[in-house]
Amino acid sequence: MALYVEQATKKFGDFTAVDNVSLRVERGQMHGFLGANGAGKTTTFRMILGLLDPTHGEVSWNGKPITYGTSPEIGYLPEERGLYPKMKVEDQLIYLAELRRMPRKEAKREVANWLERFEVPHYALKKVEELSKGNQQKIQLIASLLHKPSLLILDEPFSGLDPVNVEMLKSAILDFQKQGATIVFSSHRMDHVEELCDDISILDKGKMILSGSIRDVKRSFGKQNVRIKTEGDLSALMDVKGVEKYKKTRDGALFQIADEKTAQTLLTESMKFGTLRHFAIEEPSLEEIFIAKVGKVYA
Amino acid sequence: MHSFWIIFKQAFLTKAKTKSFVITTLIVCASFFLMANLPKILDVFQGPQEDSVLHIVDASGELASRFQEQLELLDSSVQAMPTDMTEQELKDGIIDGTVYAYIVLEKEEQLTARYVSESANEMENGSDIEQAVQSLQTVLTAENLNLNGSQVQQLFSPAVFEREAVSESSKSQEELSQARGLVYILIMLIYMSVIYYPNMIATEVATEKSSRVMEILISSVSPVKHMFAKIAGIGTLGILQMMLFGLSGYVAIKTAGTSMTEGVFSVFGFSEVKISTFLFAVLFFLLGYFLYAVLAALLGSLVSRIEDAQQLMLPMMFLIIVASFIAFSGISVPEAKFVTVASFIPFFTPLVMFLRVGMLDLPLWEPLLAVALMLITIGLLGWFGARVYRGGVLMYGSSQSLKDIRKAIALGNKK
Repeated sequence: MALYVEQATKKFGDFTAVDNVSLRVERGQMHGFLGANGAGKTTTFRMILGLLDPTHGEVSWNGKPITYGTSPEIGYLPEERGLYPKMKVEDQLIYLAELRRMPRKEAKREVANWLERFEVPHYALKKVEELSKGNQQKIQLIASLLHKPSLLILDEPFSGLDPVNVEMLKSAILDFQKQGATIVFSSHRMDHVEELCDDISILDKGKMILSGSIRDVKRSFGKQNVRIKTEGDLSALMDVKGVEKYKKTRDGALFQIADEKTAQTLLTESMKFGTLRHFAIEEPSLEEIFIAKVGKVYA
Repeated sequence: MHSFWIIFKQAFLTKAKTKSFVITTLIVCASFFLMANLPKILDVFQGPQEDSVLHIVDASGELASRFQEQLELLDSSVQAMPTDMTEQELKDGIIDGTVYAYIVLEKEEQLTARYVSESANEMENGSDIEQAVQSLQTVLTAENLNLNGSQVQQLFSPAVFEREAVSESSKSQEELSQARGLVYILIMLIYMSVIYYPNMIATEVATEKSSRVMEILISSVSPVKHMFAKIAGIGTLGILQMMLFGLSGYVAIKTAGTSMTEGVFSVFGFSEVKISTFLFAVLFFLLGYFLYAVLAALLGSLVSRIEDAQQLMLPMMFLIIVASFIAFSGISVPEAKFVTVASFIPFFTPLVMFLRVGMLDLPLWEPLLAVALMLITIGLLGWFGARVYRGGVLMYGSSQSLKDIRKAIALGNKK
């Protein structure tokens, strides 16, 4: 029970959208997919879904290629909202679930459950276009997992949501994972990925530049942060050996260092500039890793 | 097959439930009832005709009876009576509504007649009256010239004029005018349905694409299945609507009690309707629908916004309009070369071949050949359309032109 993408390449004419990407997501895992716009995330998802065939390489789910025969096992949330604007929420969800071969009766019951869970049961008979963006996204998520897929592909599931709704959707997705579903998702927000995922991949210009568990990724990055809070001016420590980056913060400074020995040096040195109120060695955030690897701010 | 029916049902039901569909159907059905009852309705507005006696003012005293004679000869429904009233009394009568109309006959050098009624354009049977006056004039002149009875008859006898058609396929002039009305109406129906329903499909596909629900749909079922289920669903809706039209038309005519061969309907010539004409109408409706529906789905799959759908549909609309031009102008010359040639061009066949089948006695192989050509075209277009559709539905971009077809095929290409 696993999703394998093996050396998949997709070319559109001369343009290579996805270049030799390999991915392995074990059953019940949540995999985060990161990449700037145009990095090839959607094309990769489309290959996983079987909408596009890879030019080279293979995609398989439980050892079999993904076809329309396996469509009941797969759920998909596209990056932009994909719902009929003029159709009623309930009708729409049932229709989409029926297409994934869920019996009508069961679908109807599940729709009621999910709307209840997302605290929007009164929207069942409303048209989608009458709903707010955040509520539409809830419907969109329901549409992707109503039929109880074992593989769930979520393209930017949290975009355009307020924090309350993000938490609601996050917990629903986590629950769904606990029931044994394998989930691949891409997100705008590194903190969401960091919070939810076991493994991550970073895609840049069609190439996979980083892949693995979050812990491994951070460890192999080989850099840590030292955060110091003090009244004194620490800018002189910029030139300490082992310090790669220095950034002044509101109440102190943030150093990026290559190894832990430098941290000790910083501790002893910084005490000379005043009383320390806070000293901590921090793991690098995914965002930092991403910027370091891709060379630009994640957008 | 299961998902085919789900899409089929959805395409059928959502469209059948829209207000515009229900209202259109009701309006058309109502208009059939209106049409069928038109003679009755006209009667109501014109008031009873029994009272419409034409009063004859005749100072000489001998013209009135001879005028009546001429009217009788013409088989006219006009009732003319000599009157003793003066012109002023008659005019007052017209204003009061007690007098319908009167005519003043005077004879000096030649006959003069003056017809007076409430308004100038309200001159029903005017041609009868005019003709009677004319005949009277001729008779009087003949008498003046001392012509005898047989000479007068010679003067009146018309030239013999007959039309004869040599071609075997052609129907006699009489048959043609009988067929014309029905063929006209059926061509009109086919024309409207090959515009209306394929347009529905194109908008539907464009809506699904622009709302991006398409990505979910085609990750659930194959685009090809989706396309054909949609075409079948809307097609069934079309058949249902046509059946409703047919039924209400039939009921309207039956209940109206007006004979289809009289009055307004005599223009259309329903007196001798062949059942084969209807069967061919159904056949060409279906074929025409499928041909243009596949084309519309293909075009609809290329646009990313609904607004662009109409623009891309233009070439297709152009084809249909050309077909209708050929068909409507061919109604008076169904044997013309350009009609014959056009009837075998698949995009024109539904309208033009139907015209020929309805108007001429064609050997059966001709419509069958055209049908076969259409089926081949539908097959090819279906195959091609499915390829474009598969890629087209994944394509989002600003440019909307037929050039995108190549891009779509490339995108949908397996491998």
